[in-house]
Amino acid sequence: MNAAVRPLAFKPNETFRDDFIFHNSPEAIRRFPMPFPNDEYMYSVNIEPHVAGAAGSVLEHAFDVDEHYIAECRERAIVLAAEPLRFQALPHMQSAQWDCLELLMDSLARDYPEHFSLTKRGNHWHWINRPLGIDQQFVFGDLASLPHQPLDYITRQTQGDFVVMDQRDGDLWIQAGMVTTPADWSLDFDMGMTFKEWHGPVPLAHEMNVFDRALKYLLNLRLGQPVRRLNWTLTIHPRLDTSPEAFPLWGPTRTTVTPQNAGDLVHLRVELQGLWRLPRSNAVVFSIRTYFISMRELVTIPKWARRVHRVVKNLHPVLVDYKGLTRYRDALVEWLAPFDDGTPTTPGTAPE
Amino acid sequence: MSQAQTLAVEVIAIEQVTPLIKHFTLSAVDGAELPAFSGGSHIIVVLRGATRIYRNPYSLLSSPHSLGSYEIGVRRMEESRGGSHFLHDQVTVGSRLEIAHPVNLFPLAKTARKQVLIAGGIGITPFLAQLEDLHDGTAPYELHYSVRSPEHAAFLPRLREREGDRVRLYFDSESQAIDFDGLLANQPLGTHVYVCGPAGLINRVMTTAQRLGWPDSHLHSEQFTAPPTGDAFEVVLARAKLTVQVAPDRSLLESIEAAGVEVPYLCRGGVCGFCQTRVLEVDGELLHNDHFLSDAEKTKGKSIMPCVSRARCKNLVLDL
Repeated sequence: MNAAVRPLAFKPNETFRDDFIFHNSPEAIRRFPMPFPNDEYMYSVNIEPHVAGAAGSVLEHAFDVDEHYIAECRERAIVLAAEPLRFQALPHMQSAQWDCLELLMDSLARDYPEHFSLTKRGNHWHWINRPLGIDQQFVFGDLASLPHQPLDYITRQTQGDFVVMDQRDGDLWIQAGMVTTPADWSLDFDMGMTFKEWHGPVPLAHEMNVFDRALKYLLNLRLGQPVRRLNWTLTIHPRLDTSPEAFPLWGPTRTTVTPQNAGDLVHLRVELQGLWRLPRSNAVVFSIRTYFISMRELVTIPKWARRVHRVVKNLHPVLVDYKGLTRYRDALVEWLAPFDDGTPTTPGTAPE
Repeated sequence: MSQAQTLAVEVIAIEQVTPLIKHFTLSAVDGAELPAFSGGSHIIVVLRGATRIYRNPYSLLSSPHSLGSYEIGVRRMEESRGGSHFLHDQVTVGSRLEIAHPVNLFPLAKTARKQVLIAGGIGITPFLAQLEDLHDGTAPYELHYSVRSPEHAAFLPRLREREGDRVRLYFDSESQAIDFDGLLANQPLGTHVYVCGPAGLINRVMTTAQRLGWPDSHLHSEQFTAPPTGDAFEVVLARAKLTVQVAPDRSLLESIEAAGVEVPYLCRGGVCGFCQTRVLEVDGELLHNDHFLSDAEKTKGKSIMPCVSRARCKNLVLDL
């Protein structure tokens, strides 16, 4: 292990529902993936190569594992037990599922050898996940040798959602996925859709030709050259499962925000999205890793406090509605205002 | 997109499989497994000649399930600009080459109910890898392989051994020809057709299928065009502020690269559209040789694929 980087202290008792026992350590706050490079926000095709970032940052490794790992895996299991269709895979996606399993196991074992190990003897693989206490021998390519389907099996041990797209007819089609932490969209509803059908509800971006350009880019995505982007919204409580299926649980909470409680209720929700070409299937896997930070945690970084105040205050009205902020945006702006003295912010997202 | 990432490989076997085709086996210099790939993928092989660099695309013909080595089949082209001659004449067992990661521009449709593969000559190579993927039994398949004569039929023993009567052979020398109408008129719904080979074969399959009412989504073809030779011409790169001479035996893309300007590419064969470049000015004729731009776009003359296309003009300015 690299001695310069502090070992991860997992917080296995955190919850993302009911009592919401969740907070970020000071280290987790400083490494939070801020999505706003300046004080105004508008859509762009903000895709960049997914190359290794600074040590300790969320971009250091292909798939980031952080202090919330164990608790997020338990949250996923809770959702799946109640709603098994949060994982789906069409029959022709078998090789893509194995591709995903290999990509995740290879990456985790390479990047976190203290937590994960993978030994391959031909097709006989041995996987050890120490934080979750899993020791699994199986045959790569043999469905019967794992307790779940390959994508289901490995994403139960991974933070973030995964959508697998088949490439054909010059388009990308959603054909498999594990989605238990969605920002108000449903895998069950979107299964079988093309890239543009899937993104149909997004306002403004179609007129900007964002999806034409993004699709063309992704159809030519190359093996060994993954890409990434950040996306964001706001969520009341650190609730990972803001799915349409769970709307009765989280929808009404948007009416409870006041200028007094906004700092504790409102969380900036950032998705670190990655896109990988898969080798055996020629499919594309889309990873959506969610990070939460409460407004009270966020304002401990003065630059971020000023910037987020300005972004939320001046956000395009159509985006305010699309992101579901209409009922509480003003209360949040009022809570943030005392942290913005009008001082300019430095460019870039670093904490200063 | 950066082209920097290449893999160092060593030629570990060469076999002359027909009078014109050599079969090369490549393994990683460091002995590691090569990246996994899907049937239909090609690699770009970088060949460093004495005076120039060739970057030629070749389909992988080895099994996607066997990653200790990659195999390619190289036909000696009569009008070669030198890439295939270099591989045939200069490269020996032990030679070291660079290759780019595999890219698949000719994938099998995984939703197909039946797969019909039609190969002409050296066009057999991508199918050899795809057949290995088809052995998983998810869909019935058949291969139709048309070739000049038995002597020129590459990889016949391998096909006969692995595929048995799923292969139909057609030898020109014995006046055997594919009955395109019969083949394409009698396929079950959900069948996909794939054709790889000379332009004449591809056109024949496509026009027959379209006449019979096949949907375009179920028709797939791949034809890598070797960059044609032609008259020399001059090109101005507007953003780089460079004037570049394109020699008769060099492609436009190669000439631009030799001048130190990077153009993103994937196939270098006029198929993928990745190197599409805006034409700012042209006072003569663009000689489009690609399979990517539509006829209307070619007529418009606002874009060019520098990997295979040329120009006949005094003044050509590109947005590079």
